[in-house]
Amino acid sequence: MTPERRRLLILLVVLITALPLNGQAREERMDDPELQQRFSDLADELRCPKCQNETIAESGAPISSDMRIRVRQLLREGHTDEEILDAMVARFGDFVRYRPEFEPRTWVLWLGPFVAIAVGIGVVVMITLRTRRRPTDESPVLSDEERQRAEHWLRDD
Amino acid sequence: MNRLWLFLPLVLAITLGGVLYFGLGQDPSKLDSALVGESVPQFQLSLLQAPEQKVGPEVFSGRVQLLNIWGTWCPACRVEHAQLNKLAKQGVPIVGLNYKDERPAALEWLEQRGNPYLTVIYDPEGSLGFDLGVYGAPETYLIDAEGIVRHRHVGIVDQEVWESDFKPLYEEYRNDS
Repeated sequence: MTPERRRLLILLVVLITALPLNGQAREERMDDPELQQRFSDLADELRCPKCQNETIAESGAPISSDMRIRVRQLLREGHTDEEILDAMVARFGDFVRYRPEFEPRTWVLWLGPFVAIAVGIGVVVMITLRTRRRPTDESPVLSDEERQRAEHWLRDD
Repeated sequence: MNRLWLFLPLVLAITLGGVLYFGLGQDPSKLDSALVGESVPQFQLSLLQAPEQKVGPEVFSGRVQLLNIWGTWCPACRVEHAQLNKLAKQGVPIVGLNYKDERPAALEWLEQRGNPYLTVIYDPEGSLGFDLGVYGAPETYLIDAEGIVRHRHVGIVDQEVWESDFKPLYEEYRNDS
């Protein structure tokens, strides 16, 4: 390997390993491992209001950084996960949670897919039952006389 | 009668299409404020022009006002500024919240472009902004005489937004008080 090639390879390796580093990596970790775990769970559940399809754990937006700082602060002050999520919802609305609360307003959201699957299964079951029942309900395809004629023809050749 | 059931998929498809079509017209980046109908959160911050003077939510009582969140780092605020000057000239009271900014830059901005604000609250850490649920600038709120948030607009307030979104509410709450 020529020195140029080796240099290129080293550069490539360095660049590739740098990919997973994001905005959060530069921030402090919490000393208590249990709190750090709760922090990353919360950061994965909260949506960035600015970038909308990222969690605040992934997002590099300034507002996400503010939210992470506030979540850490609330954790250190001893608030429960539920209280922290409520505090964020109070400021940014229900939108900020990736898994919104189960309440009358969100019933359609949570139960809709299951209702759709149940209806689909029901339709399939109904169709199969109906097609299976049909041959027994109706008269035989050939009458006795027709059957005899058919057998006669078949025997003929 | 049974034949009518054959149209069920068609009806469902049209309904779903209608719902999705309606969804296309919505701008997902416009979030309703969770604060509409609530009081302005507690805060204690200094004024931009008078660092030694602290103010709190009492700034928002006594009259119907706009609260405008701005910063010199925000290009859209530059565009919006002329409209704010115009509203101020028409007598609309506007409180400014200088958000995550530096005092000298903000003072220079007001000197150069004119000052439409009755009061400018200085929030370098963005703490009041955070409690309001601000996630970008500019944002503008309509706050009634009791200090209750009545409307929120994310983005630039131009003449059109003012006339369609703010003016009717502004006049309604002013007549109430």
